Amino acid sequence: MTIGTQDWNLTQIAAHIRRGRVDAANLPALAQAVKDEGGQLVALWGSDDRFVNNSRDSDSRSSPRPQAGEGPGVRDAGYAIHIACITAAGLVWISAALPETEPAYPDLSAIFPQADRMQRATFDLLGIRAAGAVDTRKWLRHKAWNEDEFPLRSDFVARVASSESPLATCHKPLAEVDGYAFIRVEGDGVHEIPVGPIHAGTIEPGHFRFSIIGDRVLKLEQRLGYTHQGVEKRFVGMDLAAGAKLAGRVSGDSHVAFAWAYCMAVEQATLSAVPDRAAWLRALFLEIERVANHLGDLGYMGNDVALSFGFMQFWRLKEDWLRLTAKLFGHRYLFDRIVPGGVAVDLDEAGRKALRAASKRIEAEVRDLKVIYDEHATLQDRFVNTGVCKPALAARLGLTGLAGRASAQAWDARAQFPQAPYDTLDVAMATARKGDVQARSEVRFAEVFESMRLLRALLKGLPAGAIQAPLNPAAGVREGIGWVEGWRGEVIVALRIAEDGRLDRVHPHDPSWQNWPLLEVGILGNIVPDFPLINKSFNLSYSGQDL
Amino acid sequence: MITGILLQTVQTLLSILLAPLLMGWVNQCRAWLQGRSAPPITQPYRTLRKLFNKDAVIAHSASPLFRFAPYMIFACMALAAGLVPTIANDLPFSPAADVIALVGIFALARVFLALAAMDIGTAFGSLGARREMLVSFLAEPALLMVFFTASLISQSTELPIIVQTLAHKDFVIYPSMAFAAVAFWMVSTAENARIPVDNPTTHLELTMIHEAMILEYSARHLALIEWAVALKLFTYSVLGIALFVPWGIAQRGDFAALPLALVAMLAKLLVGGAALSLQEAVSAKVRLFRAPEFLGTAFLLGVLGMLIHFLLEV
Repeated sequence: MTIGTQDWNLTQIAAHIRRGRVDAANLPALAQAVKDEGGQLVALWGSDDRFVNNSRDSDSRSSPRPQAGEGPGVRDAGYAIHIACITAAGLVWISAALPETEPAYPDLSAIFPQADRMQRATFDLLGIRAAGAVDTRKWLRHKAWNEDEFPLRSDFVARVASSESPLATCHKPLAEVDGYAFIRVEGDGVHEIPVGPIHAGTIEPGHFRFSIIGDRVLKLEQRLGYTHQGVEKRFVGMDLAAGAKLAGRVSGDSHVAFAWAYCMAVEQATLSAVPDRAAWLRALFLEIERVANHLGDLGYMGNDVALSFGFMQFWRLKEDWLRLTAKLFGHRYLFDRIVPGGVAVDLDEAGRKALRAASKRIEAEVRDLKVIYDEHATLQDRFVNTGVCKPALAARLGLTGLAGRASAQAWDARAQFPQAPYDTLDVAMATARKGDVQARSEVRFAEVFESMRLLRALLKGLPAGAIQAPLNPAAGVREGIGWVEGWRGEVIVALRIAEDGRLDRVHPHDPSWQNWPLLEVGILGNIVPDFPLINKSFNLSYSGQDL
Repeated sequence: MITGILLQTVQTLLSILLAPLLMGWVNQCRAWLQGRSAPPITQPYRTLRKLFNKDAVIAHSASPLFRFAPYMIFACMALAAGLVPTIANDLPFSPAADVIALVGIFALARVFLALAAMDIGTAFGSLGARREMLVSFLAEPALLMVFFTASLISQSTELPIIVQTLAHKDFVIYPSMAFAAVAFWMVSTAENARIPVDNPTTHLELTMIHEAMILEYSARHLALIEWAVALKLFTYSVLGIALFVPWGIAQRGDFAALPLALVAMLAKLLVGGAALSLQEAVSAKVRLFRAPEFLGTAFLLGVLGMLIHFLLEV
């Protein structure tokens, strides 16, 4: 397939998904071609390909040794850098092999600014450097491992710091240990407010450094990575079923999206097919998750402007929704209901009726609440023109998902690149142009209504049959990528299965990676007390990007 | 004289003890209006008891001012509560300060609160102190305009005389007082850190005004401040009652009227608290820089009240 004028020799591996390998030196040219075509880079990650074919018994794990001629793809590879881009023809997964010593690839953040943090994280985890990158500060590494250690490398030995063998970073003052160089704003009357990583309320940890004059924000810089749990490392050596559980827990509010994307990747890698009914039920789960999250967010946005009425009403509806979900499927957030090969739970006729009735009732109530939100003068005053991300800027920085659609970035995998069963449902994409809090609220409302319609269509057309099929046994090293439009944006899970049939490398990608930097831009020129509202209108995941 | 002092003591203590109950009532009404099951009306007392039983945690960088401020703030509010007639009028303590001095007492408490907030040196403390000053320097003149309107009618800035004039002389409808009442309600909302100017129940540090200043306080210090907050709301409420609906407050030496005065006051507080919670249920918090507009409107209404007094009532 050609992107731009050049044929990149891509092979189609699934509907709307293509795979290719290029030389690392050609990555910028490819990225530029994608950019020129109007596409976006959505994920960037690395992998250690040195020992892929080694069996994983305890002996070889403790003393891994590369053997001649082994490794996937390009046989002399040491490491690899992977990028996933959205183009006019769908998702493109490009890999480039990198040498074992001094692995480096040309910087892509000059073309796609959203690559910046992913490149820094890739270096922290794997020691693969983006040559020529302007920002080479660490991103995910705080103080849990040393600068010259790379936890995702297969020969990394995790050490527990003790008094005999302290980590080099222990017992030093925190400023010296973390030593993160925030960008300072200088000048008369500039004042810095550090917020977090521990916040009031039940939210995840993240640090926000505001530079302000009075209450006006001159600059906001984020420091994330506080919930880094080594998820990608944990995947290594897991069996396929356990991997589904972990994948779903990358970001709990997007459980269904991650679990589905993971299962899609596994099924693609093992060339397994999923029964129709299972695919439809997965889509049903995804829409249930979307509705639950949108209801919660709309309530939170009301709460952040102190309109407790809206908060209470939306959360009442969300609670009804979650309880019904728990009743029908056994879990409020549908944890572990999607498994490789299908789904773990079926829906009977009574459940179908209950879900349809609930969706109608809740949709009617949300329509009433929308009128109240639309006609509340103070709420509108707070929402409109707050936290604006203009479409041009959003396009340049790669804003994606729900927030992207509110800034005229019309990407929705369900509508443009539908996998089954969305290909039969004719999904209407919700977009807005203004990119302010109000636009993000409008998109949420529209998506709730559309999801309710889809839900009923899914319930109506639910095919009969099995809900699970056994996976084909995997032979050799296999790869797959899953791509699901979660409620926050596109969720991508790329994985490689080693010869022993266990997971070798899994990279779950949350859209928060691209969207967090936009929050830094969206707040500019706004006032400090509007930040929580703007933040909530994006509602990005910390653990999804901290991994 | 002895009975006067006795009555003064009883009235002040009554205010201090009843203040958390008003807070509890407002919280209860708000919960009902939001469709939640409400906490018991006595919840503020339980919170105070809990806080008094805890050990205080104080930042290393705190100066004595930080420890002293809660006592000062509570004392100011108790003093203010003692000055405002709640059930009996013209008590021995009343001549000690007129309405202008009352504004000064509130300002004194605020100065200490803001200083204590900045004392620790956290970003939120100074942020809150700065915002509090923004709100209060606009609220104070509006409050003074309200008082001036009332004192122009009664020819005195002494609260007992204002109450005496409005409650116990011939019944006259004063259009100017209608404007002053709206202005007073708006100022009270801002001064007591209620929605739509501030949100007393938020956990979002960045949006706070009043709460941001007291983030570093704990245990007995926090209890005193919380109590002072309740007392401030109570004092503003009874002040509003004294200025705008004083009927029922007992005249000097009229002991027989005291039970009725108490019932009247409680009934008015019930209505006032319910009205406040209704306002909080239906409004959202305005953007911080709309607060000056809100208070500017209050000031304008206060001035209009005065002008109308000169136009219609002189």
